[in-house]
Amino acid sequence: MAAKKASLTSRNPELIRGIRKYSRSKMYHKRGIWAIKAKHGGVFPRHEPKAAPPKPAEKPPKFYPADDVKTPIPNHRKHKPTKLRPSITPGTVLILLAGRFMGKRVVFLKQLPSGLLLVTGPFKINGVPLRRVNQAYVIGTSTKIDISGVDVEKFDDKYFTKEKKKKTKKSEGEFFDTEKEATKALPQEKKDDQKTVDAQLIKAIEAVPDLKAYLGARFSLRAGMKPHELVF
Amino acid sequence: MPFKRYVEIGRVALVNYGKDYGRLVVIVDVIDQNRALVDAPDMVRGQMNFKRLSLTDIKIDIPRLPKKKSLIAAMEAADVKNKWENSSWGRKLIVQKRRASLNDFDRFKVMLARIKRGGAIQQELAKLKKQNAS
Repeated sequence: MAAKKASLTSRNPELIRGIRKYSRSKMYHKRGIWAIKAKHGGVFPRHEPKAAPPKPAEKPPKFYPADDVKTPIPNHRKHKPTKLRPSITPGTVLILLAGRFMGKRVVFLKQLPSGLLLVTGPFKINGVPLRRVNQAYVIGTSTKIDISGVDVEKFDDKYFTKEKKKKTKKSEGEFFDTEKEATKALPQEKKDDQKTVDAQLIKAIEAVPDLKAYLGARFSLRAGMKPHELVF
Repeated sequence: MPFKRYVEIGRVALVNYGKDYGRLVVIVDVIDQNRALVDAPDMVRGQMNFKRLSLTDIKIDIPRLPKKKSLIAAMEAADVKNKWENSSWGRKLIVQKRRASLNDFDRFKVMLARIKRGGAIQQELAKLKKQNAS
């Protein structure tokens, strides 16, 4: 084709499912096949197929399996990240409900491609580092912070994966020294990332009175608080 | 011991059950032993069981079954809205509603304010105690 049409809608509207408005002959006329044929001397133009590159000569395989092997059906499905609750937008204060930082109020940065939420304390305020958190274990509050000045493009799931341990052969003497490898220091690069992200955030947080103390405090249920009646 | 709030035409009541929970309505007619015809400026006039109504102290001066316009005029003349919002019952309801609508950050700020107020009270108390002791 010379140029792709802007819209490829059909000229034959559907009256009801399975029944279109125009007949075969009417559509022939509508599409203008007669005009195209007239332009090309009574024959519909036919383009030669593009010359395919010559395929290399295939050698007969060296090995044929004894029984027929079933070829698996190809799976082209791609995961979509979990649907974000509408109450959770970048800059929302979230309450973590489980894990080491249970009850901490934390700032939501963005949703990662795996569906997990990227979250930070900020670290200086409540000790929660840049961390991934599952949406199911989180309450979204209605308090929002402006995070337009924060650059979170570089963080994705690969940033958070554990380092693969190299297996080294141990001699009998060293076998009992496994304690030495246990603790690994956080690489300086990650500490610097935390500092840059938090610097912008803390400026925005200190602009609102009491917000810093709020983020530093943990959430807990007191007597008389009914979670299903609380407005978050 | 005797009753103070009577069911009468013009008595303002609070709906305490059902779709119109929390609405202030005026009794505009009595249908029978159990039901009243009830009306409010933003509501279609309808019947309600007395059990759904809590009578208030406020009464307005209307004839039986007034037109909506005259009902609204009578309510304005008697200043029902302000009387209700300044009464202790009305104020309590407003506070309850406000407390229920606080979000998590608001609740935190309220907690800080209460601690601050308690601190100020304790300081004053300590001052007064010292004065008394000396």
